[in-house]
Amino acid sequence: MTAPFGHTPSQAPSQTPTSGETQHTGAKINALRERGQREVFCGLTGIVWLHRKMQDAFFLIVGSRTCAHLMQSAAGVMIFAEPRFATAIIDERDLAGLADANEELDKTVKRLLQRRPDIKLLFLVGSCPSEVIKLDLSRAAARLSKTYAPDVRILNYSGSGIETTFTQGEDACLAALAPELPDEAAAEPSLMVVGALADVAEDQFKRIFNALDIGPVHFLPARTVDRLPPIGPNTRYLLAQPFVNDTARALEDRGAKRIPAPFPFGAEGTTAWLKAAADVWGIDEKTFNAVVEAPRARATKALERYRETLSGKSVFFFPDSQLEIPLARFLSRELDMRLTEVGAPYIHAAHVEQELALLPEGVRLSEGQDVDKQLDRCRAEKPDITVCGLGLANPLEAEGFTTKWAIELVFTPIHGYEQCGDLAELFARPLVRRARLQI
Amino acid sequence: MQLTVWTYEGPPHVGAMRVATGMKDTHYVLHAPQGDTYADLLFTMIERRDQRPPVTYTTFEARDLGSDTAEIFKKAAGDAYERFQPKAMLVGASCTAELIQDDPGGLAKALALPVPVVPLELPSYQRKENWGAAETFYQLTRHLIDRDIEKRSATTGRPSCNLLGPTALGFRHRDDVTEITKLMNTLGIDVNVAAPMGAGPDDIAGLGAADFNVVMYPEIADTAARWLKRELGQPYTKTVPIGIGATKDFIAEVADLTGIDPEKADFPHSNFPWWSRSIDSNYLTGKRVFIFGDATHAIAAARVASEEFAFNVVGLGCYNREFARDLRAAAEQYGVEPLITDDYLEVEEKIAEVQPEMVLGTQMERHIAKRLGLPCAVISAPVHVQDFPARYSPQMGFEGASVLFDTWVHPLVMGLEEHLLGMFREDFEFHDAAGPSHLGGHGGARELDAAQTEGIPVEADESQDSGNADITLRWAPDAERELKKIPFFVRGKARRNTENYAEAQNLTTITVDTLYEAKAHYGR
Repeated sequence: MTAPFGHTPSQAPSQTPTSGETQHTGAKINALRERGQREVFCGLTGIVWLHRKMQDAFFLIVGSRTCAHLMQSAAGVMIFAEPRFATAIIDERDLAGLADANEELDKTVKRLLQRRPDIKLLFLVGSCPSEVIKLDLSRAAARLSKTYAPDVRILNYSGSGIETTFTQGEDACLAALAPELPDEAAAEPSLMVVGALADVAEDQFKRIFNALDIGPVHFLPARTVDRLPPIGPNTRYLLAQPFVNDTARALEDRGAKRIPAPFPFGAEGTTAWLKAAADVWGIDEKTFNAVVEAPRARATKALERYRETLSGKSVFFFPDSQLEIPLARFLSRELDMRLTEVGAPYIHAAHVEQELALLPEGVRLSEGQDVDKQLDRCRAEKPDITVCGLGLANPLEAEGFTTKWAIELVFTPIHGYEQCGDLAELFARPLVRRARLQI
Repeated sequence: MQLTVWTYEGPPHVGAMRVATGMKDTHYVLHAPQGDTYADLLFTMIERRDQRPPVTYTTFEARDLGSDTAEIFKKAAGDAYERFQPKAMLVGASCTAELIQDDPGGLAKALALPVPVVPLELPSYQRKENWGAAETFYQLTRHLIDRDIEKRSATTGRPSCNLLGPTALGFRHRDDVTEITKLMNTLGIDVNVAAPMGAGPDDIAGLGAADFNVVMYPEIADTAARWLKRELGQPYTKTVPIGIGATKDFIAEVADLTGIDPEKADFPHSNFPWWSRSIDSNYLTGKRVFIFGDATHAIAAARVASEEFAFNVVGLGCYNREFARDLRAAAEQYGVEPLITDDYLEVEEKIAEVQPEMVLGTQMERHIAKRLGLPCAVISAPVHVQDFPARYSPQMGFEGASVLFDTWVHPLVMGLEEHLLGMFREDFEFHDAAGPSHLGGHGGARELDAAQTEGIPVEADESQDSGNADITLRWAPDAERELKKIPFFVRGKARRNTENYAEAQNLTTITVDTLYEAKAHYGR
């Protein structure tokens, strides 16, 4: 069988299990690299938060019943009464001929747009089956755009499991938006914050940037399509999430330049993240400190409450969302937790370079997964708390391990100063609960 | 292509997982891309299972597609055998792997594993979860059965049966098995094997030792039971014992099969009959219920609703086309149009149209009912975490019937409260937005001035409430206000009846008089 893809997947991992130094986009990382069964979501899952964040966008997965079933399960079975996502389920007839599949897709989109006139931006989202049968969604999007422009913009990206892991779906979505961003007309530099943030965290950052006189500040994704941030050679961008690698590349293609920084988790991470932007804008030390002093002090105080519970405790990260490395740094440096293994689905060396520098010597990094072997390592380590996906949590709890659902870290506002306490609490709660229960 | 927001059933390989996960010493190697492992959390989270499903996913990537996905499968299958040492293996493909045609069955055979390997062909683009479970159970049975086994009754002197159909993630399967086992023991019948849930490959091999089979869940057990009848001559039961009447019929059927006299059995007491006959239950009479679920549970619920609650069945449907014929027959019995669809929007539309006073459905209908402001009880899969209660809560047998009574009555506004609502309508404490007083979290007391009926604004467009969207028919404002005084749980019916009446009378405007004329015409 010939390779059915015109492009190669963006992620880097691995052939057979190896350990050692590997060349990764310029930097050297010591990581255990494994392949085998992965207990992770595919990129479609990102739709669960993206469709809430982008309020006039609709996500149409072109996939199988499995995709629809995944969305339903991942979304906690229908917590959203009127979701702005759906699945066009491919059936046997669609497999018979691609011409028919395209025709069917056009009909499906027509029906959808008739029923939902509120849609301004429609993403056709590729899945494993649509990729394997080579249903070209970029051509479909172009074709349908002609019909529905200017009322509806139609874009496409792939959230397939054969190409994307969990949060990479957001990356692919934002990368698809990058060419759509309007040209920045102004000559002054502007700041773009990249990666979906909880609205509350976004608003807090906005206030701090304002106080620092950094701006104009834009956020990608924007909450509505008519507020897409402008971009140009004067755009400087900060990554709010560690998984938006393709997006970063697409923004660079538009002339934007990245401000390297650790990620805004914890008081230290948030300060360093803000400081990186402040330096670019030439904000002096005194002004910077005056602005961040109060929220930073609040964050430190909020963390204090959880230090007793968490200090000295060991933590093991199974790969899930790519947040693992920045969160491990936070737990290790601000709460004195002991890192055993920090697993990530994949490691983008350039984007986590500053994070890695802050990790303690000798911490075991792993990239990719062979879940049974990783479970063996976890059992051998006997960590005080294990961060893992929902498929592993209850079985590990039943074995006597204390676990933290990784997905909660994606679905909870955890960025910035004011959320430091909440972030620490997420790790403290399972330990407190286990200590309290007398049954 | 079918535009789908929510689905009643997962893909067929999830059905196979439900079989494997319920079983012992059985492992399923699934050729699947990254992400299909989401299905694990159905079991570990919704059902709170304390072990991972016994499933190994090959997790192939785009980069593998051109080269060695077959090798990946072989390695995964070999490793899974080494690690888990199952007594039987299932091998198959998920929807994506089906497209790349690696033939997991053939590949696994080439490994020459020292245990039976059962290949599964589950066409993902045609079939769904229940079918996948049924096919898996049938294939396991066909591959593992010991045809020469001696009947258990030959040594014990007592008849024995198998309980067929329970799986992991089944709606109350855990408790139904316990309840039906008790019932069988009361009749003096042994349970040889309950399968697939709780059984190992050895137990499946020994299915033939039973004298007959109890098909608990036809959606899952029917295919295997028919095969066992054909090949081993084991008869099987047709009645699903949900509700008092069906349980009695089931006992009679078992008595027929075994020659046991049920009169001699000391059955446990069920409170249901007296609870339903007691005068407090008067208010249940004629409540209009809409029923949707898998065919078996929906048909059973319709009988219970009609014969044992004295509800009126105003809608009956199922999402599994495989059992459409049975459902059509049942719908005819209740004089309703059968609704056979897996499109929940169609179900929602139908519920809005018939304006029931209560919905008996699945997790999906619970959400529909919530949106439409209707009481709802769950009677069928698909289910959510709250449908796996900590307490013993079967649906089948005499205890199951008592559970039905409690579960179905609970969401309703009860007896006297219903009358108070009828008398005082827009009372500041009892009102539409407050919901039944024994169910919390509905909004509490409303502003007094808004409770005064004169102050209730006439909504310009309530066409979604209206069964007949005939634009020539309009409600006079005072009639609309009068309608608002009717308690919310019957208001939809009143509106529909009035509109039907007005249409029949060729009226264009509905007045207060029309409203009451219609009431006199239709009765309650």
